[in-house]
Amino acid sequence: MATPLSRRFSMARRRLLGGMAMMALLSTCGAISSLAAAPAEASTLRAVMHSGLRVLDPITTTAHITRDHGYMIWDTLLGMDDQFQPQPQMADWSVSDDGMTYTFTLRDGLKWHDGGEVTASDAVASFKRWAARDGGGQMLMDHVASVEATDPQTMTLTLSSPFAYVLELMAKPSSVPLFVMPARIASKSPDETLTVEDQIGSGPFKFVADEYDPGNRVVYEKFEDYVPRKEPASWTAGGKVVNVDRVEWINMSDAQTALNALNSGEIDFLESPSVDLLPVLQANPDLTIEKINELGSQTIGRFNFLYPPFDDPKIRQAALMAMDQEDVLASLVGNPEFYSTCDSMYGCQTPLATDAGAPDSLATGGGTEAAKKLLEEAGYDGTPVVMMQPTDAPTVSPQPVIAAQLLRQAGFTVDLQPMDWQTLVTRRASQQPPSEGGWNMFFTNWYIPEVWNPLVNPMLNGRGKDGGWFGWPDDAELESMRNEFAKATSDDDRKAIAERIQQHAFEQVTYIPLGEYSIPAAWNNDLSGILHSPVPVFWNITKSE
Amino acid sequence: MFSYCLRRTLAAVPVMVVVALFVFLLLRLSPGDPAAIIAGDMATPEQLDRIRETLGLNQPIYIQFFHWSGELLRGDFGTSLMSNLPVTQLMAQRLEPTVSLALLSIALSVVVAVPMGVIAAWKHGSLIDNAIMSLSVLGFSVPVFVTGYILIKIFAIDLGWLPVQGFKRISQDGFGPFIQHAILPALMLSTIYIALIARMTRASMLDVLGEDYIRTAHAKGASEKRVLFKHALRNAGVPILEVIGTGFALMITGVVVTESVFNIPGLGRLTVDAILSRDYPVIQGLILVTSGVYVLINLAIDLSYALLDPRIRYQ
Repeated sequence: MATPLSRRFSMARRRLLGGMAMMALLSTCGAISSLAAAPAEASTLRAVMHSGLRVLDPITTTAHITRDHGYMIWDTLLGMDDQFQPQPQMADWSVSDDGMTYTFTLRDGLKWHDGGEVTASDAVASFKRWAARDGGGQMLMDHVASVEATDPQTMTLTLSSPFAYVLELMAKPSSVPLFVMPARIASKSPDETLTVEDQIGSGPFKFVADEYDPGNRVVYEKFEDYVPRKEPASWTAGGKVVNVDRVEWINMSDAQTALNALNSGEIDFLESPSVDLLPVLQANPDLTIEKINELGSQTIGRFNFLYPPFDDPKIRQAALMAMDQEDVLASLVGNPEFYSTCDSMYGCQTPLATDAGAPDSLATGGGTEAAKKLLEEAGYDGTPVVMMQPTDAPTVSPQPVIAAQLLRQAGFTVDLQPMDWQTLVTRRASQQPPSEGGWNMFFTNWYIPEVWNPLVNPMLNGRGKDGGWFGWPDDAELESMRNEFAKATSDDDRKAIAERIQQHAFEQVTYIPLGEYSIPAAWNNDLSGILHSPVPVFWNITKSE
Repeated sequence: MFSYCLRRTLAAVPVMVVVALFVFLLLRLSPGDPAAIIAGDMATPEQLDRIRETLGLNQPIYIQFFHWSGELLRGDFGTSLMSNLPVTQLMAQRLEPTVSLALLSIALSVVVAVPMGVIAAWKHGSLIDNAIMSLSVLGFSVPVFVTGYILIKIFAIDLGWLPVQGFKRISQDGFGPFIQHAILPALMLSTIYIALIARMTRASMLDVLGEDYIRTAHAKGASEKRVLFKHALRNAGVPILEVIGTGFALMITGVVVTESVFNIPGLGRLTVDAILSRDYPVIQGLILVTSGVYVLINLAIDLSYALLDPRIRYQ
């Protein structure tokens, strides 16, 4: 019985396989010919961003890809222009003569993607959720008596004590921006992340929930009812005019694949190409390679103030003297065209840029002998520096290796511990001693808008173990100066206080700025109007046939 | 046969329970904190504590386990900590690319490798045999990503015949776009399986070709083709089927390198992403499903032996 049945199976299988092979061949031929004939979809912009989108809440997380997603679908009350000035976006404002009351008036025509009207109650709920999560927002709330909707178009913020940085904080472009969400969504706790259903905004693009594939692909459609401002676009301020029907963000984990896709025209925009591969892109005349985030990023080293050896300011100063930005940046970026040494904790292209307090050796080295002397004076006993080294993130892998070598040359004992980035992220939150799962030093990077003044720069927070950033310096003098900065009203006063803060921060070595870098983006020449901005934005862009 | 299938399936239940327990504990004991990953760079210790509380990660491990087991018994794999989407939805989104690519690759491997192995055995010791075995060694030795980049360079960049990356679903875009996007990754994935199956086919065929019944078939005047494909290959089929089945199971559970090189949103990349972001429910769900797939594929392989060898009975 089995043999004939088997024969029948065998014949059927043979026919099936033959048929499949023929179908595959025909389909391939058809597909190839259709590929050649397919017209370009001019209204769809395909972009590969620096990472995949997984968390959909730009208030809960400070991940930059989630912030970028936020700018697509949510609008902001205020924007910031390329002169670092807050500008009206959803709302215009007025300030009372005594500087204690801010009145924000929503402009006409603001609608949610589901058709509802944007009201001041939505703005109030969004403000409160943002202020509960953002470091600058929390500082602002310490000075706020009330924030309420005084009519459907008006939000009124009343201060309890002078605070001059209200508008700058509300307009800041990077983590965490004040996105305005419907009140029913913004009333969620900031510790509870938003869901796919919560992706309703009033921004220039709509989130396409059906096509969302976390970590892989996210699709936005032009919001036809969005009414842009009349002013020209500048950073996050001005008119957000959308000239494409759809934007697709496709995540490509392989840098070579992304490069191939851009070179072959399968994608239009590559936000963060690998520096090693840039010469390949530069050789293609159909592509534009240009920095859009000219301010770039700052790379930094941070100490744990709670445990030896870095609980001793003299030993931290020794570590500062041992550092050499040029060495670190050359290892991290390679091509000098894309990095620069910088003595300023606020970034070197910002209004508050200063070299106050920075040792001469920081930029290009030469402080090893001074570091040795400081270590001797401090009575350093050889306590190992537990330095966390992430091995899976190219933008933070080289710094610990170079820094460990520089510290060893100065006489430090360094225990360089390799780990993945997510383990580092978890471990740096530990306040245990280094021998019990804690740490002494780690490295990370910041967008310049996240460090450009003493209020938003998390490393200049001196609130210690309970309210400070990882490393937890407890520094009342620093906090006092930050409060003074928040009350200063003139640019000259702000600059002077910022210089004092940096002078103090270098004396205490709250952290070590290790220089700046900015990697260019790459896009097909059929795109025009790409805005230069500290955050990537997709309005103002036109795609030609 | 039904009772055999039922017994085999039931025997998998304790295996799955042990896998579930093991994976759950391993994840909780390994370093990593989803709350810290969600919160990002600026979080303070209080904010991290509050997020852990919201996610239920501050509860004792045994309570978390019972909570998860209870959901599992109701067929619910839980919700992703990162995307807030059901784990089943995330897996379903990634299933089609992985399964369709695996099927195409295994079909391609079998169509190419089995005749190669048969010919190598038939021409044992000849130049053809040596050539096929050398190609097989090459197939084993060259890393798959190198093969992938070479294929992309030739067919996508230089000739411009095929796209360099991406995936189209048969269910949405049809067979043409699917094959256009899947043929290069399938070729890349197939190289190692072609090498493996060809070698296994050759070895099994060489064993069988020395048997008395082959000599008898020759003596009866059967053609070479009939002897090779009717008498020898069928009897050499069981170990070949084993290799094909295991290869298919490996492909189903995700082929991360191929998926990365060709930007295919499959289960492999979902697994790696979930591990890197410590997305516990997704990792747990994926490993459980993977274990189930292995059990089912092994059962299917065992059952298919009877098609090749009628002496095999299931009791």
